[in-house]
Amino acid sequence: MNAAPESTGALPACGACCTRLEDFGVHLGGRTILENIRLHMHCGELTAVIGPNGAGKTTLLRAITGDLPHTGALRFLQHDNRESSKPLRIGYVPQKVEIDATSPTTVLDLFAAALARWPVWLGPRAAARGRTREALALVGAEPLMHRKLAEISIGQLQRVFLALALVPVPELLLLDEPVAGVDRAGTRLFYQTVSRMRTEFDLSILLVSHDLTAAAAVADRMILLNRTILCDGRPREVLLNPLIRDTFGFGFTPEELPPQRGPAIPFAHHGRRSAGAGEATP
Amino acid sequence: MMPLWSTLVSGLPFEWAQYAFMQNALLAVLLVTPLLALLGCLVINHQMAFLSEAIGHSTLTGLALGVLLGLREPLAAVIGFAALLGILVVLLRRHSAVSSDTAIALMMACTVSLGVVLLSRGGGFARYSRYLIGDILTISPAEIASLAALLALVLAVWLRWFNPLFFVHLNRTLAASRGLGVKRMEASFTVIVAVVVAVAMPWVGLLVINAMLILPAAAARNLAGNTRQYTLLAVTLGMASGLLGLLTSYYGNTATGATIALWASGFFALSMLLRRR
Repeated sequence: MNAAPESTGALPACGACCTRLEDFGVHLGGRTILENIRLHMHCGELTAVIGPNGAGKTTLLRAITGDLPHTGALRFLQHDNRESSKPLRIGYVPQKVEIDATSPTTVLDLFAAALARWPVWLGPRAAARGRTREALALVGAEPLMHRKLAEISIGQLQRVFLALALVPVPELLLLDEPVAGVDRAGTRLFYQTVSRMRTEFDLSILLVSHDLTAAAAVADRMILLNRTILCDGRPREVLLNPLIRDTFGFGFTPEELPPQRGPAIPFAHHGRRSAGAGEATP
Repeated sequence: MMPLWSTLVSGLPFEWAQYAFMQNALLAVLLVTPLLALLGCLVINHQMAFLSEAIGHSTLTGLALGVLLGLREPLAAVIGFAALLGILVVLLRRHSAVSSDTAIALMMACTVSLGVVLLSRGGGFARYSRYLIGDILTISPAEIASLAALLALVLAVWLRWFNPLFFVHLNRTLAASRGLGVKRMEASFTVIVAVVVAVAMPWVGLLVINAMLILPAAAARNLAGNTRQYTLLAVTLGMASGLLGLLTSYYGNTATGATIALWASGFFALSMLLRRR
């Protein structure tokens, strides 16, 4: 494992701090779900994870949060290349959360329970209200503060969860199919907000998505996952790789894909097939 | 404490207020109903209504084991067994392919039948039927003190750990990402429910204890606009059902636990009507 390269200067972020998965794997009930995952994510970079159903995409996120046990290491290196002594701060936006229709939980209750110790059943205090309002303002959702989770739209709910994931500001933001079931306008608004947050807070973002072209449009980098990382590169390169047709049963032509965004991304991996090589066999 | 309470209550201009057993029962009801209602709010949030029912029924087996072991006070066995069962279901839910309601139904069937078989050896089950319907009218001051201590304990936990207990029900991965010990929270909550149900069971009655846990919170859910209202309404409705149930059971000469549960059902029906509007 080498150190992350110095910032190219072209990235909006410092680009020098780095979240690393080293020999990361998940084994559950004697079954190997993920193995040999090596991934370096630089801050300010959005990495999209694509793969077929059952590839282990959600499992990868759950293992990173600590909800599932994993092998290997998860490390966070600061800009001076020293390992942070504090645990990695992770923001997580879940896949569509089922909210019971009779649930009286409000957006404010949700935030107050996460941010404060003062028990929510006695009513959130002024400090928690203030922090909630600030967080909601980040995603333009202040009017939702006193609404029940059960009565707002899925798109609004996902923006609320995004706001929650941003307090306190995380080092790594995990988005698990965050716009599944969200309408078009809601999807656009969600991704606009994510893009803004990425530059504003210098976040590393890991996005799991089924929508390959939508993911390609927002991502700096894409990995094709199926038990391990099959292919890793810029979104255009990955989607034009023959492995895509092998995996999904359909491929893309260059005209179908959004133009490449941003400059080339420096990678520090060795010994892994790079996307451009194209010679890969599954 | 007790003399003060009985002076206070006997000052009320009612016939029932003069009897020591009613004074005791009144205090016990005002302790046990808020206790169950508080817990009920989170039980529903965690979608554990069926699990708490199973825990309630398992208290019968705990009782049987306690009797079998020759304990004079089988309460320890009841609490221990209920807690064990709770943990077992949490583990089963997590580690097996059996759906959780099937797992719970299986457990409940096994424990109830085992309990009945053990207690009915020699044809003596009638002796234990008081546990099925509860007999709050026989509660002693010492037993009231144990209910008060339990309420104080639950309030202390609710002041310090309510938020994490509340947060984990939304989404476990989300909770884990914020550094909460999801398994620890799930297990602790189940144990708290088991202990409270086991302690309250002899007074409220095994058949209706789950009603007292679930109904006030379910009714409050129909009316509340946020978590604070939800909790306070559930406690209020629980205590109101308790008070009304105790008095109507006194005048109607009916089983107190079930009468309380009927009042709670009435409040629930009312809340449904109010919700529609």
